[in-house]
Amino acid sequence: MRHNIYIYIFIMAGVTYLIRLLPLTLIRKEIKSNYIRSFLYYVPYVTLAVMTFPAILSATANIWSAAAGFTTALILAYHRRSLITVSLVSSVCVFLAELFTGL
Amino acid sequence: MENTRKDYFTAGIRDGIPICLGYIAVSFTFGIMAKNSGLSAWEAVLISASNLTSAGQFAGISLITAQAAYLEMAFTQLIINLRYCLMSCALSQKLDSRAPFFHRFFISYGITDEIFGVSVCKGGSLSPFYNYGLISVAAPGWVLGTFLGIVSGNILPARIISALSVSLYGMFIAVIIPPARENKVIAGIIIVSMILSLMFTKIPVLNSVSPGFRIILLTLLIAGIAAALFPVKEAETDEA
Repeated sequence: MRHNIYIYIFIMAGVTYLIRLLPLTLIRKEIKSNYIRSFLYYVPYVTLAVMTFPAILSATANIWSAAAGFTTALILAYHRRSLITVSLVSSVCVFLAELFTGL
Repeated sequence: MENTRKDYFTAGIRDGIPICLGYIAVSFTFGIMAKNSGLSAWEAVLISASNLTSAGQFAGISLITAQAAYLEMAFTQLIINLRYCLMSCALSQKLDSRAPFFHRFFISYGITDEIFGVSVCKGGSLSPFYNYGLISVAAPGWVLGTFLGIVSGNILPARIISALSVSLYGMFIAVIIPPARENKVIAGIIIVSMILSLMFTKIPVLNSVSPGFRIILLTLLIAGIAAALFPVKEAETDEA
Protein backbone atom coordinates (compact mmCIF):
# COMPACT_ATOMS: atom_id res chain seq x y z
CA MET A 1 0.00 0.00 0.00
CA ARG A 2 1.32 3.43 -0.90
CA HIS A 3 1.30 5.92 1.90
CA ASN A 4 -0.52 9.20 1.43
CA ILE A 5 1.76 12.17 0.74
CA TYR A 6 -0.53 14.57 2.58
CA ILE A 7 -0.44 12.47 5.74
CA TYR A 8 3.36 12.53 5.54
CA ILE A 9 3.38 16.29 5.16
CA PHE A 10 0.90 16.71 8.01
CA ILE A 11 3.05 14.57 10.32
CA MET A 12 6.23 16.45 9.39
CA ALA A 13 4.64 19.84 9.91
CA GLY A 14 2.76 18.80 13.06
CA VAL A 15 5.74 17.32 14.89
CA THR A 16 7.99 20.24 13.93
CA TYR A 17 5.41 22.81 15.05
CA LEU A 18 4.80 21.11 18.40
CA ILE A 19 8.52 21.04 19.20
CA ARG A 20 8.61 24.78 18.61
CA LEU A 21 5.34 25.55 20.35
CA LEU A 22 5.40 23.52 23.57
CA PRO A 23 8.30 25.18 25.45
CA LEU A 24 7.14 28.65 24.43
CA THR A 25 3.59 28.07 25.68
CA LEU A 26 4.37 25.89 28.71
CA ILE A 27 7.05 28.15 30.16
CA ARG A 28 4.97 31.27 30.72
CA LYS A 29 6.63 32.61 33.82
CA GLU A 30 10.03 34.11 34.21
CA ILE A 31 12.46 31.43 35.33
CA LYS A 32 13.88 32.28 38.76
CA SER A 33 16.86 29.95 38.89
CA ASN A 34 19.97 31.95 38.13
CA TYR A 35 21.66 28.83 36.78
CA ILE A 36 18.97 28.20 34.18
CA ARG A 37 18.79 31.88 33.30
CA SER A 38 22.55 31.92 32.75
CA PHE A 39 22.33 28.71 30.75
CA LEU A 40 19.64 30.13 28.45
CA TYR A 41 21.63 33.34 28.15
CA TYR A 42 24.61 31.39 26.77
CA VAL A 43 22.57 29.01 24.57
CA PRO A 44 22.41 31.13 21.39
CA TYR A 45 26.14 31.78 21.32
CA VAL A 46 26.97 28.09 21.48
CA THR A 47 24.23 27.10 19.03
CA LEU A 48 25.15 29.69 16.43
CA ALA A 49 28.91 29.11 16.77
CA VAL A 50 28.43 25.35 16.36
CA MET A 51 26.14 25.82 13.36
CA THR A 52 28.56 28.25 11.69
CA PHE A 53 31.84 26.47 12.09
CA PRO A 54 33.11 24.37 10.36
CA ALA A 55 29.94 24.21 8.18
CA ILE A 56 30.73 27.57 6.55
CA LEU A 57 33.93 26.11 5.11
CA SER A 58 32.01 23.62 2.99
CA ALA A 59 29.09 25.90 2.06
CA THR A 60 30.65 27.17 -1.17
CA ALA A 61 32.29 25.67 -4.25
CA ASN A 62 35.69 25.46 -2.57
CA ILE A 63 37.34 26.06 0.78
CA TRP A 64 39.25 29.16 -0.39
CA SER A 65 36.21 31.15 -1.36
CA ALA A 66 34.58 29.99 1.88
CA ALA A 67 37.61 31.14 3.88
CA ALA A 68 37.45 34.53 2.13
CA GLY A 69 33.78 34.87 3.03
CA PHE A 70 34.36 33.73 6.63
CA THR A 71 37.24 36.17 7.19
CA THR A 72 35.30 39.05 5.68
CA ALA A 73 32.31 38.30 7.90
CA LEU A 74 34.52 38.15 11.03
CA ILE A 75 36.19 41.47 10.29
CA LEU A 76 32.96 43.31 9.45
CA ALA A 77 31.12 41.83 12.44
CA TYR A 78 34.00 42.85 14.72
CA HIS A 79 33.52 46.40 13.49
CA ARG A 80 29.83 46.13 14.38
CA ARG A 81 28.48 46.35 10.87
CA SER A 82 24.78 45.55 10.48
CA LEU A 83 23.46 42.04 9.79
CA ILE A 84 22.68 42.81 6.21
CA THR A 85 26.06 44.43 5.51
CA VAL A 86 28.03 41.53 6.96
CA SER A 87 25.86 39.03 5.19
CA LEU A 88 25.84 40.66 1.74
CA VAL A 89 29.48 41.77 1.65
CA SER A 90 30.70 38.29 2.60
CA SER A 91 28.46 36.82 -0.12
CA VAL A 92 29.93 39.23 -2.67
CA CYS A 93 33.43 38.26 -1.50
CA VAL A 94 32.70 34.59 -2.09
CA PHE A 95 31.34 35.40 -5.51
CA LEU A 96 34.40 37.43 -6.48
CA ALA A 97 36.81 34.86 -5.04
CA GLU A 98 35.23 32.13 -7.14
CA LEU A 99 35.12 34.36 -10.20
CA PHE A 100 38.79 35.35 -10.06
CA THR A 101 40.24 32.00 -9.08
CA GLY A 102 38.04 30.36 -11.69
CA LEU A 103 37.32 27.47 -9.32
CA MET B 1 1.96 51.96 20.70
CA GLU B 2 0.90 51.52 17.08
CA ASN B 3 4.04 53.28 16.03
CA THR B 4 6.39 51.07 18.04
CA ARG B 5 4.79 47.92 16.67
CA LYS B 6 5.39 49.22 13.20
CA ASP B 7 8.99 50.06 14.10
CA TYR B 8 9.60 46.53 15.37
CA PHE B 9 7.98 45.06 12.31
CA THR B 10 10.08 47.22 9.97
CA ALA B 11 13.26 46.34 11.85
CA GLY B 12 12.32 42.67 11.47
CA ILE B 13 11.83 43.05 7.74
CA ARG B 14 15.23 44.72 7.42
CA ASP B 15 17.04 42.03 9.41
CA GLY B 16 15.05 39.37 7.58
CA ILE B 17 16.49 40.23 4.16
CA PRO B 18 19.76 38.30 4.59
CA ILE B 19 17.74 35.35 5.94
CA CYS B 20 15.51 35.52 2.88
CA LEU B 21 18.47 35.50 0.48
CA GLY B 22 20.15 32.60 2.23
CA TYR B 23 16.87 30.70 2.31
CA ILE B 24 16.40 31.07 -1.43
CA ALA B 25 19.76 29.37 -1.95
CA VAL B 26 19.15 26.51 0.46
CA SER B 27 15.54 25.82 -0.48
CA PHE B 28 16.50 25.96 -4.16
CA THR B 29 18.57 22.84 -3.49
CA PHE B 30 15.62 21.37 -1.62
CA GLY B 31 13.39 22.01 -4.65
CA ILE B 32 15.83 20.20 -6.92
CA MET B 33 15.96 17.24 -4.55
CA ALA B 34 12.16 17.15 -4.28
CA LYS B 35 11.89 17.09 -8.04
CA ASN B 36 14.37 14.22 -8.25
CA SER B 37 12.28 12.35 -5.69
CA GLY B 38 9.22 12.68 -7.92
CA LEU B 39 7.31 15.25 -5.88
CA SER B 40 5.13 17.81 -7.64
CA ALA B 41 5.81 21.55 -7.35
CA TRP B 42 2.68 21.93 -5.23
CA GLU B 43 3.74 19.20 -2.79
CA ALA B 44 7.25 20.60 -2.42
CA VAL B 45 5.93 24.11 -1.85
CA LEU B 46 3.41 22.81 0.67
CA ILE B 47 6.19 21.05 2.59
CA SER B 48 8.34 24.20 2.66
CA ALA B 49 5.48 26.47 3.68
CA SER B 50 4.25 24.19 6.46
CA ASN B 51 7.60 23.01 7.84
CA LEU B 52 9.96 25.95 7.39
CA THR B 53 13.04 23.94 8.30
CA SER B 54 15.94 22.57 6.29
CA ALA B 55 17.34 19.31 7.63
CA GLY B 56 13.90 18.01 8.62
CA GLN B 57 12.54 18.55 5.11
CA PHE B 58 15.50 16.90 3.40
CA ALA B 59 15.12 13.88 5.66
CA GLY B 60 11.36 14.02 5.16
CA ILE B 61 11.43 13.62 1.41
CA SER B 62 13.93 10.80 1.57
CA LEU B 63 11.51 9.00 3.91
CA ILE B 64 8.60 9.75 1.56
CA THR B 65 10.58 8.29 -1.34
CA ALA B 66 11.31 5.21 0.75
CA GLN B 67 7.60 4.99 1.73
CA ALA B 68 8.64 4.76 5.39
CA ALA B 69 6.12 4.15 8.17
CA TYR B 70 4.29 7.22 9.50
CA LEU B 71 5.68 6.59 12.95
CA GLU B 72 9.20 6.58 11.57
CA MET B 73 8.52 9.93 9.94
CA ALA B 74 7.27 11.39 13.21
CA PHE B 75 10.24 10.07 15.15
CA THR B 76 12.80 11.29 12.59
CA GLN B 77 11.32 14.78 12.62
CA LEU B 78 11.34 14.79 16.40
CA ILE B 79 15.03 13.87 16.59
CA ILE B 80 16.21 16.18 13.81
CA ASN B 81 14.23 19.17 15.03
CA LEU B 82 14.70 18.73 18.77
CA ARG B 83 17.10 21.66 18.83
CA TYR B 84 14.09 23.97 18.30
CA CYS B 85 12.95 22.91 21.74
CA LEU B 86 16.02 24.51 23.32
CA MET B 87 15.56 27.60 21.19
CA SER B 88 11.91 27.85 22.17
CA CYS B 89 12.89 27.67 25.87
CA ALA B 90 15.35 30.51 25.39
CA LEU B 91 12.75 32.60 23.56
CA SER B 92 10.17 32.01 26.30
CA GLN B 93 12.38 34.06 28.63
CA LYS B 94 13.22 36.66 26.07
CA LEU B 95 9.73 37.51 24.90
CA ASP B 96 8.15 40.72 26.19
CA SER B 97 6.04 39.51 29.14
CA ARG B 98 3.38 42.13 28.38
CA ALA B 99 2.71 40.71 24.92
CA PRO B 100 -0.62 38.80 24.73
CA PHE B 101 -0.31 35.02 25.00
CA PHE B 102 -1.73 34.20 21.57
CA HIS B 103 1.34 35.67 19.87
CA ARG B 104 3.29 32.63 21.04
CA PHE B 105 1.29 30.40 18.71
CA PHE B 106 2.33 32.46 15.70
CA ILE B 107 5.94 33.07 16.67
CA SER B 108 6.41 29.32 17.16
CA TYR B 109 5.83 28.70 13.49
CA GLY B 110 8.89 30.81 12.72
CA ILE B 111 11.43 29.37 15.17
CA THR B 112 14.16 28.45 12.72
CA ASP B 113 17.91 28.48 13.40
CA GLU B 114 18.20 31.82 11.66
CA ILE B 115 15.12 33.60 12.99
CA PHE B 116 15.94 32.39 16.49
CA GLY B 117 19.55 33.53 16.18
CA VAL B 118 18.65 37.00 15.06
CA SER B 119 15.76 37.57 17.47
CA VAL B 120 17.20 36.11 20.67
CA CYS B 121 20.30 38.29 20.51
CA LYS B 122 18.34 41.53 20.12
CA GLY B 123 18.84 43.93 23.02
CA GLY B 124 15.98 44.29 25.52
CA SER B 125 12.87 42.15 25.62
CA LEU B 126 11.53 40.82 22.38
CA SER B 127 8.48 42.18 20.60
CA PRO B 128 6.43 39.58 18.68
CA PHE B 129 6.20 42.12 15.88
CA TYR B 130 9.93 41.95 15.32
CA ASN B 131 9.54 38.20 14.73
CA TYR B 132 6.58 38.79 12.44
CA GLY B 133 8.76 41.11 10.38
CA LEU B 134 11.48 38.47 10.13
CA ILE B 135 9.01 35.71 9.26
CA SER B 136 7.22 37.79 6.64
CA VAL B 137 10.39 38.09 4.53
CA ALA B 138 12.16 34.85 5.44
CA ALA B 139 9.28 32.41 4.90
CA PRO B 140 8.40 33.65 1.38
CA GLY B 141 12.11 33.35 0.50
CA TRP B 142 12.06 29.74 1.64
CA VAL B 143 8.93 28.94 -0.37
CA LEU B 144 10.06 30.87 -3.45
CA GLY B 145 13.45 29.10 -3.53
CA THR B 146 11.72 25.73 -3.31
CA PHE B 147 9.42 26.63 -6.18
CA LEU B 148 12.27 27.90 -8.36
CA GLY B 149 14.33 24.80 -7.63
CA ILE B 150 11.57 22.42 -8.62
CA VAL B 151 10.37 24.21 -11.77
CA SER B 152 13.68 25.33 -13.15
CA GLY B 153 16.35 22.99 -11.86
CA ASN B 154 19.17 25.28 -12.91
CA ILE B 155 18.31 28.90 -13.55
CA LEU B 156 20.62 29.98 -10.75
CA PRO B 157 24.30 29.49 -11.62
CA ALA B 158 26.39 27.54 -9.08
CA ARG B 159 28.37 30.69 -8.20
CA ILE B 160 25.26 32.53 -7.12
CA ILE B 161 24.19 29.57 -4.98
CA SER B 162 27.65 29.49 -3.36
CA ALA B 163 27.52 33.18 -2.60
CA LEU B 164 23.99 33.12 -1.21
CA SER B 165 24.72 30.09 0.96
CA VAL B 166 27.33 32.07 2.85
CA SER B 167 24.87 34.84 3.66
CA LEU B 168 23.25 32.78 6.42
CA TYR B 169 26.57 32.12 8.12
CA GLY B 170 27.58 35.75 7.67
CA MET B 171 24.45 36.64 9.57
CA PHE B 172 25.24 34.28 12.45
CA ILE B 173 28.69 35.82 12.70
CA ALA B 174 27.20 39.32 12.74
CA VAL B 175 25.01 38.22 15.65
CA ILE B 176 27.62 36.58 17.90
CA ILE B 177 30.83 38.58 17.34
CA PRO B 178 29.86 42.10 18.56
CA PRO B 179 28.81 40.94 22.09
CA ALA B 180 32.02 38.88 22.25
CA ARG B 181 34.03 42.10 22.04
CA GLU B 182 32.77 43.29 25.41
CA ASN B 183 32.23 39.97 27.12
CA LYS B 184 35.25 37.69 27.48
CA VAL B 185 33.08 34.77 28.60
CA ILE B 186 31.03 34.92 25.41
CA ALA B 187 34.22 35.19 23.35
CA GLY B 188 35.60 32.11 25.09
CA ILE B 189 32.34 30.22 24.61
CA ILE B 190 32.35 30.96 20.88
CA ILE B 191 35.94 29.76 20.47
CA VAL B 192 35.39 26.58 22.50
CA SER B 193 32.14 25.88 20.61
CA MET B 194 33.83 26.19 17.24
CA ILE B 195 36.77 24.00 18.25
CA LEU B 196 34.51 21.26 19.63
CA SER B 197 32.24 21.51 16.60
CA LEU B 198 35.27 21.03 14.36
CA MET B 199 36.32 18.00 16.42
CA PHE B 200 32.84 16.55 16.06
CA THR B 201 33.06 16.74 12.29
CA LYS B 202 36.61 15.35 12.00
CA ILE B 203 37.26 12.80 14.73
CA PRO B 204 36.02 9.24 14.03
CA VAL B 205 33.12 8.08 16.22
CA LEU B 206 32.37 11.71 17.20
CA ASN B 207 31.66 12.48 13.55
CA SER B 208 28.94 9.86 13.46
CA VAL B 209 26.81 12.14 15.65
CA SER B 210 24.26 13.83 13.38
CA PRO B 211 24.44 17.64 12.99
CA GLY B 212 21.15 18.12 14.85
CA PHE B 213 22.37 16.15 17.85
CA ARG B 214 25.79 17.76 17.73
CA ILE B 215 24.08 21.12 18.26
CA ILE B 216 22.01 19.83 21.19
CA LEU B 217 24.89 17.97 22.81
CA LEU B 218 27.39 20.82 22.58
CA THR B 219 24.82 23.40 23.65
CA LEU B 220 23.89 21.43 26.78
CA LEU B 221 27.54 20.79 27.56
CA ILE B 222 29.13 24.17 26.88
CA ALA B 223 26.28 26.46 27.97
CA GLY B 224 25.72 24.16 30.97
CA ILE B 225 29.32 24.40 32.14
CA ALA B 226 29.57 28.12 31.36
CA ALA B 227 26.43 28.80 33.41
CA ALA B 228 27.97 27.00 36.40
CA LEU B 229 31.37 28.70 36.11
CA PHE B 230 30.23 32.16 35.04
CA PRO B 231 26.71 32.78 36.33
CA VAL B 232 25.22 35.88 34.77
CA LYS B 233 24.02 38.73 36.98
CA GLU B 234 20.33 39.55 36.86
CA ALA B 235 20.79 42.81 34.95
CA GLU B 236 22.82 41.19 32.20
CA THR B 237 20.26 38.54 31.29
CA ASP B 238 17.64 41.27 31.13
CA GLU B 239 19.44 43.49 28.72
CA ALA B 240 20.94 40.75 26.57
